[in-house]
Amino acid sequence: MPALGKDLIGLETLTADQIRLILDTAEPFKEVSERAIKKVPALRGKTIVNLFFEASTRTRISFEFAEKRLSADTVNVASAGSSVSKGETLVDTARNLEAMRIDMVVIRHGSSGAAQFLGERIASNVINAGDGKHEHPTQGLLDLLTLRDRFGSIAGLKVAICGDILHSRVARSNIWGLTKLGAEVAVCGPPSLLPRHVEELGVTVLPRIEDAIAWADALNILRLQLERMQAGFIPSLREYNRVFGVTRDRLARAPKDLVILHPGPMNRGVEIDSDVADGPFSVILPQVTNGVAVRMAVLYLLAGGTTAVSAAARGEAT
Amino acid sequence: MNPILIRGGRVIDPSRGADGLADVYLADGRVGAVGRGIVPGEGAIIVDASNKVVAPGLIDLHVHLREPGQEDVETVATGAMAAAAGGFTAVCAMPNTDPVTDNQAAVGFIVSQAQKAAKARVYPIGAISLGQQGEQLAEFGELVGAGAVAVSDDGKPVVSSQLMRTALEYARTFGIPVADHCEDPTLAAGGAMHEGLVSTRLGLKGVPAAAEEIMVARDIILAELTGGHVHLCHMSTRGSVELIRRAKEKGLRVTAEATPHHFSLTHARCEDYDTNAKMNPPLREPEDVEAIRRALKDGTIDVVASDHAPHHYDAKEREFDLAPNGILGLETALGVAIRDLVVPGVLTLAELVDRMSTAPARVFHLPGGTLAVGAPADVVVFDPAEKWVVRPEAFYSKSRNTPYGGETLTGRTEVTIVRGRVVFDRTRG
Amino acid sequence: MPSRSLLLDERAIARTLQRMASQVVEQNRGTEGLLLVGIQRRGVELAERIARLIETAEGVDIPRGKLDITLYRDDLQAVGARPVVGETRLPGSLDDRTVVIVDDVLYTGRTVRAALDEFADFGRPRRILLCVLVDRGGRELPIHPDIAGLTITTRPGDRVDVSVSELDGRDAVELARGD
Repeated sequence: MPALGKDLIGLETLTADQIRLILDTAEPFKEVSERAIKKVPALRGKTIVNLFFEASTRTRISFEFAEKRLSADTVNVASAGSSVSKGETLVDTARNLEAMRIDMVVIRHGSSGAAQFLGERIASNVINAGDGKHEHPTQGLLDLLTLRDRFGSIAGLKVAICGDILHSRVARSNIWGLTKLGAEVAVCGPPSLLPRHVEELGVTVLPRIEDAIAWADALNILRLQLERMQAGFIPSLREYNRVFGVTRDRLARAPKDLVILHPGPMNRGVEIDSDVADGPFSVILPQVTNGVAVRMAVLYLLAGGTTAVSAAARGEAT
Repeated sequence: MNPILIRGGRVIDPSRGADGLADVYLADGRVGAVGRGIVPGEGAIIVDASNKVVAPGLIDLHVHLREPGQEDVETVATGAMAAAAGGFTAVCAMPNTDPVTDNQAAVGFIVSQAQKAAKARVYPIGAISLGQQGEQLAEFGELVGAGAVAVSDDGKPVVSSQLMRTALEYARTFGIPVADHCEDPTLAAGGAMHEGLVSTRLGLKGVPAAAEEIMVARDIILAELTGGHVHLCHMSTRGSVELIRRAKEKGLRVTAEATPHHFSLTHARCEDYDTNAKMNPPLREPEDVEAIRRALKDGTIDVVASDHAPHHYDAKEREFDLAPNGILGLETALGVAIRDLVVPGVLTLAELVDRMSTAPARVFHLPGGTLAVGAPADVVVFDPAEKWVVRPEAFYSKSRNTPYGGETLTGRTEVTIVRGRVVFDRTRG
Repeated sequence: MPSRSLLLDERAIARTLQRMASQVVEQNRGTEGLLLVGIQRRGVELAERIARLIETAEGVDIPRGKLDITLYRDDLQAVGARPVVGETRLPGSLDDRTVVIVDDVLYTGRTVRAALDEFADFGRPRRILLCVLVDRGGRELPIHPDIAGLTITTRPGDRVDVSVSELDGRDAVELARGD
């Protein structure tokens, strides 16, 4: 079976088989999170540092649960108040971690390429928890897992990613993951928030949210950040909601029951209305549950290096 | 000083349309004679140029020597040595130093540092505006009087069209070009590389070609309005080339330069977030590279200029969008130019020598660029066919930030002579 | 060339499982609180068969579960290979139950140790019995089977292969002698 290599930087460089391996590995980890004692000893004795240069509660907590449920020892480093905010470079931070013999680093950083930068300089496994606008691979994976749970398979599925594609690492990871597994992908948003040449990534551009709703099996609705309005990409959040918001009225005109995903945190009333987010077709909470399982799978696979069918599964007694 | 006889080389002198085997005799700091079978005088140094090219020394109109202010990454002396090793007998130093070279004392300082170094000539370029702040005109007269050969706010664009207009008009008094770094700051702000498919995939904010073209168009219009001479720095897009071509057809006083990296590398080089591929203006698309090459051929772009920009290893060893812009150029320019322009047949060797020597001298009204009798004895002898591997650790520059490390280039400087003295000889290291 | 011999054919396996099923009921003094848990893989199929045999003989439903011990292997860090993890499903609580671990071959005892660790994370059974189709000796840990269908001695290079029709298309227990 294909190994994942030392680091998980993004989905662009993974093969479809590798992505499927991660999703398949996540299945038994879902069960672990349902147990009374949510812990298995698989990563016992491993030290993992969560290096978060950007504030993030949900992703960090999700990783922390994943690490602790695998019995690893975890340390959180947040940027405020750390040596990082005192101007220590990323290179020096990396070398210090390596000198402490850390096994794995989960990094979230504001610069695209930061995870790869770190991975090239330390021997520890590096997992990208979001680098600038580049990729957020575990989010992409958990979105894939959630869609697979819902639809059975990804191939042939029509997924529309809606919102600020230009600035979104979640969008990029989703585009790579979905296209590699054979889905049809469209992006939908105001032209000022679509990156140039995006069609060359294998996606269709749908100009209006109504088109996306009419076409897709599932919508992945991205969070619109306030800074975009302040930087002048769109005139106002209110206008965004009126023109591009996924509202119950718009969904009511959909030809089928659309599954709704959102990476969170949601701006209720901007990109998504509350009755949609809390409605029957929303899989937003399953996404969160799957997030822990997917992260456990990623940590488990990277800690090993290669995969083999277990001796027990091969029928050999031990 | 001893006379020098450069014997048996292929002498290429675009200023006289000459290209053939000849000897060149230098005496008293000037070109004494060019012809076959010259008999040297007493005590002459013989330079054997068989199988080499002998040309007027290369002239680089656009380098950053970092002194004063960042002497840890380059000084006038180390830059002048790097230039000599690259075959350049003269370079023009941009004023975005710290403090900015916007007054006669600062210009004089650079002149005197260059004299002490006694390697390639260094002609200072003065700032257009005080502190390069883009508000108040610097004293062009004083700058020129102290030795400046042009003015520029390079590093930054001249944002105010009113200021650019005034600069072009005022510069006419002194017959100097105004060199502009063409970049619309609002379009380019925050951009780390060319805006295109690669920037989309890497998740980096891009700088659209339009950011350069808008300012090129503006500068051309102002050149027409004022009758001044605008020199457009480091052109990188096919749109810019088109605008310049039409301006020249109209006979406007517009000249332009392009760097070796802009006719040899594309934005694909930024993959893997290599900060040695990060500069401003950024590497562009293959169609842009093609357009730059053709523009150098037909003269739409007048000269090759390196935009040599040293940076400290630590400064470049970081996240891509936080790394500073710029790469070295002096010691690789000739090798890249021969490999990527002459070998594929885009330019003849004579045309290249023109773009790197005769034309720069003409554009900035500098001595040199010619081997006519009586001209200054600024000569380069180079091997046009030698293939060599770039080893940054062996550079004469204090810095190492080049994307060409480990690459094989074609064409290498053997001997560089300035004012009739050998300032670089590769056999002696 | 390694030789291969058939230790139990389909009929012999059926007879053995029949005997093992009655031994389970005997050792538990009835069917009260029984939970048969098969270890992935083939232990799961064997547990299913034994449970059905007990149900036929005693006329009561016997709950069963499946356990994958991969994440509890004591060699997980050393091996480096990341084995694919199979399904674990245990019905209800383990507390106050007699859990019968069912596996195809007992060798070093490490799989059973891992299973015991994993059970501890699920609850506290009243009693745990170990029931294996083949005990091939070669223990590295102090683990003993309460019920063994076939007991043989083997050498370290030998392999004992159990095939079950549900997965392999046939029922057989074979010994391949290594040299």
